[in-house]
Amino acid sequence: MSVASATRAAKSTTRPGGTLYRGHEGMWSWVLHRITGVAIFFFLLVHILDTAVVRISPEAYNAVISSYQNPLMGVGEIGLVGAIVFHALNGLRIIAIDYWRKGVKYQRAMFWTVIAVWVVLMAAFIPRQIIVIISEVQG
Amino acid sequence: MTTIATPRSPYTRSPRRGLNWEKAGWLYMRISGVILVVLILGHLFVNLMLGEGVKGIDFAFVAGKWASPFWQVWDVLMLWLALIHGANGMRTIVNDYATTRGMRVTLKTFIGISAVGLILLGTLVATTFDPCPQVSVDQLDLLPSFCPPQ
Repeated sequence: MSVASATRAAKSTTRPGGTLYRGHEGMWSWVLHRITGVAIFFFLLVHILDTAVVRISPEAYNAVISSYQNPLMGVGEIGLVGAIVFHALNGLRIIAIDYWRKGVKYQRAMFWTVIAVWVVLMAAFIPRQIIVIISEVQG
Repeated sequence: MTTIATPRSPYTRSPRRGLNWEKAGWLYMRISGVILVVLILGHLFVNLMLGEGVKGIDFAFVAGKWASPFWQVWDVLMLWLALIHGANGMRTIVNDYATTRGMRVTLKTFIGISAVGLILLGTLVATTFDPCPQVSVDQLDLLPSFCPPQ
């Protein structure tokens, strides 16, 4: 057996101990948590500014908020809600890993639970949002 | 010359003084996170799922919510918890990826100024909001239906 294939065999059969964040679900959930977190942060900055226009005048606020009410933004809102729901559910998973005695043991199962709950919640939101987008197209 | 401790001398922790800010931040992310799950998912449900969804949001919609102290408290709490949570997360990311001290200080200064400025702005907007402001006659229909006639 060559060194390379031996290394490959060892990689596929053993998992390094105590490395929750190296590879597989532990790493990818961390990557997704960062990316969604940064995206949500920048949306939050804009969202506070657009909401602040409500203090200027009803006319000004309606003009600003109407930019959220076109089909392109409607699709963007699906992305935003998807990012927020993932960040929320995975955040609860992180807390469980930190505080629940069996959290580390079940972190993989909890990741797939996060994905499953995410799919269910998005299955509730996406059809509802598509109806809103269609009504925006029709004016 | 460096003094080497006597072999087998018991390990002693160097005494820490005051609050451990890094630990406080770690704890804050978890406590605020749990509360934000409720506040933000509730916010999304009321604003995007109920009624006409995002299409139904206008001045009258916001005025209808902020006429009640319940939604004012909800939104101001969400503002403070979310912006501090987000700014602290961005601080962690800057610490991880910005390689020079100057870059770290610059980016974290921007993050801090944005967070403090927007928290003040958002809190002022939500607490000084008037659901029935004086408007010109052609804009009376933009006001919520509960406003007294002007």
